[in-house]
Amino acid sequence: MSAVTSRLARQARPASRSVLARTFRRNVPARVGAVLIGLYLAVALLAPVLAPPQGNCRRALNLTETQTIPGPAAYLRELVAPPDACLQMPRQGFAAQPKPPAADTPLGSVGGYDIRYGLVWGTRTAFFLGLTIVALTVTLGGLIGLAAGFFGGLLDDLLMRLTDVTFAFPGLILVLVLVAALGPGLQNIIIALSLVSWAGLARLLRSEVLRLRELDYVAAAHSLGSPRVRIALRHVLPNALGPVLSIVVLEMGSLPIVAGALSFLGLGTPLGFADWGQLIALAQKWIQGPPGEPFAYWYVTLFPGLCIALYSLGWNLLGDALGEQLDPRNR
Amino acid sequence: MLTFVVRRLLTLPLILLAVTFLIVLVMQLIPPEQRAVAFTTNLQQLGRVQEIIKTNHLDGSVFEQYGLWLRQALSGNLGFSRTSGQPVVATLLSRFPATLELTLFTLVPLVWLGVWMGGQAAIHRNRLPDAVIRVIAVLGYSVPSFVLGVWLLVIFYGALNWLPGTGNLGNDSAILLMTGSVRHVTGLVTIDALLSGQLNIFWDGLKHLILPAFTLLVVGMPVLIKGTRASMIEALHSDYVRTARAKGITEQVVIHKHARRNALLPVATLISLSVSGLLQGAVLAETLYGYPGVGAWAAQAAAAGDLPGVLGFALMAATIVAVINLLTDLAYTLIDPRVRFG
Repeated sequence: MSAVTSRLARQARPASRSVLARTFRRNVPARVGAVLIGLYLAVALLAPVLAPPQGNCRRALNLTETQTIPGPAAYLRELVAPPDACLQMPRQGFAAQPKPPAADTPLGSVGGYDIRYGLVWGTRTAFFLGLTIVALTVTLGGLIGLAAGFFGGLLDDLLMRLTDVTFAFPGLILVLVLVAALGPGLQNIIIALSLVSWAGLARLLRSEVLRLRELDYVAAAHSLGSPRVRIALRHVLPNALGPVLSIVVLEMGSLPIVAGALSFLGLGTPLGFADWGQLIALAQKWIQGPPGEPFAYWYVTLFPGLCIALYSLGWNLLGDALGEQLDPRNR
Repeated sequence: MLTFVVRRLLTLPLILLAVTFLIVLVMQLIPPEQRAVAFTTNLQQLGRVQEIIKTNHLDGSVFEQYGLWLRQALSGNLGFSRTSGQPVVATLLSRFPATLELTLFTLVPLVWLGVWMGGQAAIHRNRLPDAVIRVIAVLGYSVPSFVLGVWLLVIFYGALNWLPGTGNLGNDSAILLMTGSVRHVTGLVTIDALLSGQLNIFWDGLKHLILPAFTLLVVGMPVLIKGTRASMIEALHSDYVRTARAKGITEQVVIHKHARRNALLPVATLISLSVSGLLQGAVLAETLYGYPGVGAWAAQAAAAGDLPGVLGFALMAATIVAVINLLTDLAYTLIDPRVRFG
């Protein structure tokens, strides 16, 4: 009886719940993904506590002698607009040899850098990179897709040929060209990755806009005398953004990883910058232990690798579930 | 049919023109002085930067520069690479066979395994095999190649010492190769060794390919698994499969003769996408495993700001991708009777 009523109650719920709610209700992987992302977000937000400022970073934040964790104002500053010194992994020494986990370096150190500091502040770097690039990509790709789809004609042709040419390059290779031209560094990675990843979004949004602009409510707005730009931005764009959601989630997961790959190749952030790719590049020299102890430096490859893989896994699980939910064939 | 093929073939040079123009356009981001350095081959020439800018019109308009670049490129001159100490074309030619070898050794098992697993997942949808295969796909998506590669090196090279960690040949084989005991037929080390009957060199080359190929395989497979699974599920739900089942044909025959053939059509596109993915993956995998292909060189060139080198590699990659896309389109007209040549 209770099973029947609960099923009836489930059916009686309005079908128009938000995509996110529907995704989580049915899907265990989606929930696992969301929990993982939540954990990483917590690490990023608690970074000043989990990896307290040291050395130059303490001086930049004006911390007193006894203070380990920055006060509210300094905390916010370190998180939102950290001084350069705070994004640099503090050096415990100049010995290249990795040191196993100890009291002051709970995850060990490599090349004199504290691995914990690199992972914690690398999480902040990952979110910063992801959010910035996704914002730029969505703005650029969104405007191009909207303009192409809504206004059509010559503009559409021109913009779509530009998209085709961007697609002609395998993504990472175009990034390689851009970084070689612009030079390495965090800012240039952001520019390069944004200039490469807008094309997919533009195509998707254009096809959505093409569908929407033929609908009655757009014609209604037209007949009421709304200007075309207003119709495009106020009436068409918000409705076209739904399918973009799953792509945005997947890109939040993949873009920081690509940035990490660039750091690994020596094209990304400067040496010692707190980002995950740096740590893997440092770890690469320690794949072989001393004779007789093959896994002596396990912490050097395991922690950064797991950290990257789980971050990516979380966003992938959530993004896939959203994509399935948004795909009309799966209703 | 012929008009379609001809028209499609004619788009290839257009794409390449657009791509190269984009490359020259991107180059405008950096000042002419810096670009002039790319034309120098030794330190003495650095003092003549202004002269180089004048003779190569580096301060001219984009179109002027593009015209000049195109004329040089058509005569087989893509500039000089500082990283390799050789002209770009010569570097590409000498390093491409290694990349081709790695790509071929990856592509064959990649397509075979990916399509097989995707098909199995669709046939056993929402049951154990499906769950296992989907977990594999998600893991493949999530573990980036440079992390997987470092882990594989720690285990199979660092700890077990079963497989070599760097290069495409061991020292002994490299020396044998230089003494000319292997005939140069294809340029692919393993195949040439096999053709010359040098089994030791063949085995050595193969051992060097296992880790990079496996890394690329794991990272590349999810796309194929997911794509094949989706298209197979769609085929299994189609009217013609229902008709076949209604006629009483056994499930085996329905799956293999009716569903799979049609499901594999969209997979052709996925395979061409995989080639593009492998080219990108090669940059990371070759760097990680010290494999002497074009990808590792391109990464070095990019890090050193060696623009002619990076641009040469990008041009090569874009050309390969354009040609593969062209071949895929043409293949569709042959394998799918519904695709008419419009």
